[in-house]
Amino acid sequence: MSPRGVGSIAEPQVLETSDESGRRLIRISGAWNLQALVPRLPDLDQRLKRIRDPGEALWDLEDVLTMDHLGAALLRRSWGVSDASRIKARPEHQPLFRRLDASEPSRVSEARSTPHWWFLPSQWFMRVLGHLHGLVVLLGFLVLECLRMLAHPARAPWREIAANLYRTGAQALGITALVGFLIGVVLSYLSSNQLKMFGADLFIVNILGVSIIRELGPVLAAILVAGRSGSSMTAQIGVMRVTQELDAMSVMGIPHMSRLVLPKVIALAIGLPLLILWTNAIALLGGMVAAHAELGLSYRFFLDTLPSAVPIANLYLGVGKGVVFGVLIAVLACHYGMRIRPNTQSLGAGTTSSVVTAITIVIVVDAIFAVMFRHVGLGF
Amino acid sequence: MADPVVEISGLWTRFGPTVVHRGIDLDVRPGEVLGLVGGSGSGKTTLLRQMLGLERPWRGTVRVFGIDVNACSRAQLASVRNRWGVLFQNGALFSALSVYENIALALRELKVVDEDLIHDLVLSKLRMVGIEPQHARKTPAQLSGGMIKRIGLARALALDPELVFLDEPTAGLDPDRSESFVKLIQELRRELHLSVVMVTHDLDTLVSLSDRVAVLCEQRLLAVGPLREITEIDHPFVSNFFRGERGQRALEVLEDLQRLMPI
Ligand SMILES: Nc1ncnc2c1ncn2[C@@H]1O[C@H](COP(=O)(O)OP(=O)(O)O)[C@@H](O)[C@H]1O
Ligand SMILES: [Mg+2]
Repeated sequence: MSPRGVGSIAEPQVLETSDESGRRLIRISGAWNLQALVPRLPDLDQRLKRIRDPGEALWDLEDVLTMDHLGAALLRRSWGVSDASRIKARPEHQPLFRRLDASEPSRVSEARSTPHWWFLPSQWFMRVLGHLHGLVVLLGFLVLECLRMLAHPARAPWREIAANLYRTGAQALGITALVGFLIGVVLSYLSSNQLKMFGADLFIVNILGVSIIRELGPVLAAILVAGRSGSSMTAQIGVMRVTQELDAMSVMGIPHMSRLVLPKVIALAIGLPLLILWTNAIALLGGMVAAHAELGLSYRFFLDTLPSAVPIANLYLGVGKGVVFGVLIAVLACHYGMRIRPNTQSLGAGTTSSVVTAITIVIVVDAIFAVMFRHVGLGF
Repeated sequence: MADPVVEISGLWTRFGPTVVHRGIDLDVRPGEVLGLVGGSGSGKTTLLRQMLGLERPWRGTVRVFGIDVNACSRAQLASVRNRWGVLFQNGALFSALSVYENIALALRELKVVDEDLIHDLVLSKLRMVGIEPQHARKTPAQLSGGMIKRIGLARALALDPELVFLDEPTAGLDPDRSESFVKLIQELRRELHLSVVMVTHDLDTLVSLSDRVAVLCEQRLLAVGPLREITEIDHPFVSNFFRGERGQRALEVLEDLQRLMPI
């Protein structure tokens, strides 16, 4: 047996001659393994295709030094039917051809069935229905779990709730502060310039107060949390599906709802309103600093005027929206997490959908709130 | 004698404070099947990972095909990686790809093999490991544990490597399948001059396949040699492993074999 080291690669060769009786004879020699073939494959393939053996030529493979399945498959393709009487291979190479022959009859279709474009709208509709159905079921379970928790407070998953509150709330303080502060500065700077033209400098407090407390604070915090915690919740549940941890929980009698979903929903329902208060405060601070620099408004004046300029209803509205957004983000994240199939691609797709949907829904729901409460807290 | 395909010298592995290997020296000779045995957690998988360049030695060197896997160029590493195949302990199939695509992946990566050839090769590989073609379109999540093992083996063999690393290849297979696994490896050795490094707890597989056995114990290599010599060693691990009731039965078979075909 010849060694198969890199040093011993002999070029794979095809030589066309004829034997004594004038029959076509094709001599194959050299190394016919992957190492030797890959650099020369297109040329060799061309050469073999040109031979075009309809099934009568003799093939002499006795001089082949080494061969593997790639070489065997390549050669076999050019002589059509393996026929022991006209193909002479070394005994140690014959099993390669036998193996390829044995799997010949079966074909695996590569094409995935793609439906006619006509079915696409109905498919899309069914998908949306599927999501709605899943969400309704999830919400129903959640309500039941909440009731059960109220009935037996001692058995509620307090540790998980606290852990989630820390991860989704406390650890988001930094990023929300940074974004809030910058938005406050920018907003205040732009508004100050406009107000200066009308000599209406003092209204900066009203503009900043209402826009931040009523709209920007809640939406900013919700979007940041959706991107940060929503994605991690979906990915966590998804990985648990991939690694069969969800199944392990089921057979141990630990319901997914009460251990995985409920703590996340409760944690965000508490955590997001708190984060909103924090974002509001920092954004107003940023606005106050910028107003001081731009308009020379004193901090004292800003803080004194704020309560009278912004009706308290705005604060309640903003915080109330926070509770709704928190529940929505957590429920959507868990919903998408539960739907992840046990493979990595589905994991990626599910996480993306979860974040995109959560942000979209937050903005849509915010618009609904704006319409519903248009008579509240605006002072007219 | 030809140069060893794998050459480990003075290898130490550390994870933080825990030392897994203390000065391991081991050669894998071309064309041999080296069985690697040792208690659970003795560092067999980690030793394989060292040979694959997936862990860095704390001290010592690992050479595969004469190339130091931790200090070589990308081109060298790429050429080494086309010449070996690996079956991971839990299969490590790509979960987003179908069975067919898992096996075809390495062939497609070569960029020169056309789809017709790939099709023939994939089907023959599936057949080699005894998987029916109707499973080719399934994804790994739809397969049984034993099927995942066998498809992992087919993937490891996709490029007809010269050297294969098998981490517990027969764990999770029924005895019949283990038998055909043994047959397959024996055939491939004849046809392709294959070298094999195999971690296993399965004594029957060890007896029927391995030319030499390496025993890992207490962070060191206790012994390396033909199975017959290893079983003579006076050490608690060895006597438990080979001379327990199960071991005894497998060894009787070995002795019968040797009586029939004296080596
Ligand atoms: N990435 C890692 N970090 C820390 N310790 C590890 C790591 N991988 C393995 N170990 C430890 O190394 C030891 C050997 O593990 P392993 O090689 O998997 O054993 P086995 O012989 O059963 O295959 C174990 O004690 C394990 O805890
Ligand atoms: Mg292991």
